[in-house]
Amino acid sequence: MSSIRFEQVGQSFGDRCVLRNVNLSLTEHRIGIVGANGSGKSTLVRMINGLVTPTSGTVTVDGLDVARHARDVRRKVGFIFTNPDNQIVMPTVQEDVAFSLRRRGLSPAEIAERTAAALEQFGLSEHAEHPAHRLSGGQKQLLALASVLVARPATIVADEPTTLLDARNARRIGELLHTLPQQVIVVTHHLHLVEEFDRVIVIEEGMVVADGAPAQALAAYRALLQ
Amino acid sequence: MIGLYSPGTSLIHRAPTLLKLFLLSLCVVLIGSSPNPWIVSGAAAGVVLLFLAARVPVRAAAAQIAPILLILLVTVPIQGLLSGWTVAALMAGRLLVAVALATLFTMTTTVTAVLEAFQKLLRPFRRFIDTDRVGLLVALTIRCIPLVSDIVREVFEARTARGTRGSLLSIAVPVVVRSLYAADALGEALVARGLDD
Repeated sequence: MSSIRFEQVGQSFGDRCVLRNVNLSLTEHRIGIVGANGSGKSTLVRMINGLVTPTSGTVTVDGLDVARHARDVRRKVGFIFTNPDNQIVMPTVQEDVAFSLRRRGLSPAEIAERTAAALEQFGLSEHAEHPAHRLSGGQKQLLALASVLVARPATIVADEPTTLLDARNARRIGELLHTLPQQVIVVTHHLHLVEEFDRVIVIEEGMVVADGAPAQALAAYRALLQ
Repeated sequence: MIGLYSPGTSLIHRAPTLLKLFLLSLCVVLIGSSPNPWIVSGAAAGVVLLFLAARVPVRAAAAQIAPILLILLVTVPIQGLLSGWTVAALMAGRLLVAVALATLFTMTTTVTAVLEAFQKLLRPFRRFIDTDRVGLLVALTIRCIPLVSDIVREVFEARTARGTRGSLLSIAVPVVVRSLYAADALGEALVARGLDD
């Protein structure tokens, strides 16, 4: 597993302080991050692949400073967004998956082979040549996962990947996240999604307020909701 | 190209994109400049044969060619009265053949293939322009058409749901604002997927 370290990380947008004094070392296989809307959890995970650069402190992935080596870090860390519509950049399903393999020095045959394998893994083979925008919401999120995993990252960060999905699709994505060999970091409001993870972190008003085994951390989060 | 591509394995699907593009341009120029009605009607028959060979869905193809008929409905009588019916028929035939050929190209060529063809065409100019970037620009433009049309539909639905009937401005403002948000999100996704330069 990758080792992701947050050291004295703080983030503010103008006067508003979104994260303060965050110190974390993430080395577990599956990590859940929960917290209220606007608690800073999305900002926190965006720092792992350099989508957001902290205003103070440093984030490192396997010893690489994300602020200075963002491109190398992004090859190790794949990111899944809440709304797959914004993640799909190419017009057809197959093209979107193949897009992740550009500029990697792969031959067209290798790209075709890996794309086909990824589509097969996520049950999208029959939609390979269909326009991506015609897929259902669940299929779009599967496509987003396929497009990220085809690049073989060591870590997957998912920001509320099941929020827009129906119960069945949410469960399907949840099961996939449970079985991936990659390190998985999931931000979610679906608490049951992370109940069997290795570690759960609770963020409240920009600070880590609970961190540990899911049972204990989720109990602390539920207590906060009272 | 957006959802118009109809998957298949015919000779026309498999032909190299640049060759198809070249033949398309050549045919349109030749037919457009030919004063001989026989050549134009021969070309029309050829186009029908090509459609049969490509085995694309008739309905989808017809939907692409139909709009030109509306234009012909207006222009053919005018031209017929002004400069004779032979000229009018010739013009109609040329337009139909050109549009049908372009439709066939669109329906048998994936967007990726078109992008690759463009990148090849631009290769001699690689010193001055980044061909990858131009390709990406075109792909994103195509991708954004359904994205923006979804936004427009949702804004209309929201307006209907609230029972308001506003000015054009009341539609334009939310559409533009939401399109900008979507552009931000798309930019973030591009960065996350390694296009960060």
